[in-house]
Amino acid sequence: MPDSLKPANSRSLARRELLKLSPLLVVGAFAIPRVRGPLLTAGVAFTDWASARWFRRNHLAPTFADSEVTPLEKFYVNTYDVDDPVVDLEKWTLTVSGDVKLPGEYTLAQIQSLPKLKQNTRHVCVEGWDAIGRFGGTRISDFLQYVGAKPEAKFLYVECADDYYESLDMASALHPQSLLCYEMYDRPLTREHGAPLRLRVPTKIGYKQAKYLTSLRVTDVVPRPGYWEDQGYPAYYGL
Amino acid sequence: MTASNSTPVPNAAVEAGESTLRTAYEHPWAVRFCHWLNTVSLFVMAASGLQIFRAFPSFGPKIPQHNLLNVPKSLALGGWLGGALQWHMTFAWIYVATGVFYLAYQIFSCNYRQPLFVRKDLAGVWPMIRHYFFFGRKPAQIEVYNPLQKMAYTSAILLGLLSVLTGIVLYNPVQFSFLASLLGGFHWARLWHFCVLCALLLFVLGHLIMVVLHGWNNFISMLTGWKRNPEYLP
Repeated sequence: MPDSLKPANSRSLARRELLKLSPLLVVGAFAIPRVRGPLLTAGVAFTDWASARWFRRNHLAPTFADSEVTPLEKFYVNTYDVDDPVVDLEKWTLTVSGDVKLPGEYTLAQIQSLPKLKQNTRHVCVEGWDAIGRFGGTRISDFLQYVGAKPEAKFLYVECADDYYESLDMASALHPQSLLCYEMYDRPLTREHGAPLRLRVPTKIGYKQAKYLTSLRVTDVVPRPGYWEDQGYPAYYGL
Repeated sequence: MTASNSTPVPNAAVEAGESTLRTAYEHPWAVRFCHWLNTVSLFVMAASGLQIFRAFPSFGPKIPQHNLLNVPKSLALGGWLGGALQWHMTFAWIYVATGVFYLAYQIFSCNYRQPLFVRKDLAGVWPMIRHYFFFGRKPAQIEVYNPLQKMAYTSAILLGLLSVLTGIVLYNPVQFSFLASLLGGFHWARLWHFCVLCALLLFVLGHLIMVVLHGWNNFISMLTGWKRNPEYLP
């Protein structure tokens, strides 16, 4: 007998309709501490995956007029471990390794010999604030070509003088606005902004813009996705 | 579906025999399922969103930072910014999937006529407000939802849509730069996202008050689909 012909007020019908909602109990898995962690990790991984899917290689991040730039003294600085990682700018070199034809030590002068790009782009912090800065540097794509990086490698992995570390997927690294940045506001990077060299990738969230670079590796497998990623932040976090 | 009714409004099935109770099947399974799933995800999104907001509780510049309000820890979910982001990014998908499924169901089943606020409902809004707030006479209830209810539910759906659009811009302002500029840029999108949260919380507050005032019958019908002795049945 179809339900519509049954006495509609019967308790069994009401109970049956209520039971049909039982699939909702699956959400209760989030209340179980042991299951919650893996579920949330999977949720973030899925978000990262989706975000990487809709990343467009040639879609440029908005650039801004000089009048819209946040003054340098109002550009907030988040330090990770130490205010001064004690970098000897005279002796500094970038150690390049991994899937490259020309591994070795690269001086700042070598990096600066490549074409320079200057642009005003928005820096977005995961905390919710943002600032528009004027950044100058070498395109990561130019530098990777210079050192003969394997084009189909999947990641860049960088380490920093303050023991920070980060990874960057190759599509984002090769984006035309992604820089090995050595200038802010037309001057060499200050200590608090990561002298002498930092990442500046306008298609990525703030914590991926590693400062005080000391080494760069081209690789298919990253040892660790990044300092904040290891604390639980998303590994991809494109903007 | 079992007892669902093809005549959309009023979605009623009058029972014959056995008892003198009259009942109406108001809420199909899909609607009830989405309602309760969305209750959970809206709660998670709001609470984790407040935790995220705690990291920078301002809509101005970072330097100097003027905090708009300090959200108490007890209202926040996730423990810290990274934890809250995990909740927010996970439940965002459940929230969106529920919304898409709900809208698709409502459209294809034509059940959208039950809550959708349309032009002919406009005239009935003021009498309902007068009744609720200014001791006016109660207008006759001829449909499952009165005009004010329809307005509230339709607004809630639009707010849900806006919460997703503003959230997408906050997450990916570069890839969705067109949408960002439509909303007035990154800063405005962040403010809109927060305003939408406030509006949704107001809706939930009003909704809960009405559930308490209108009693058990309404609440049960969102669980079983069936409502006893609805006013609009002859």
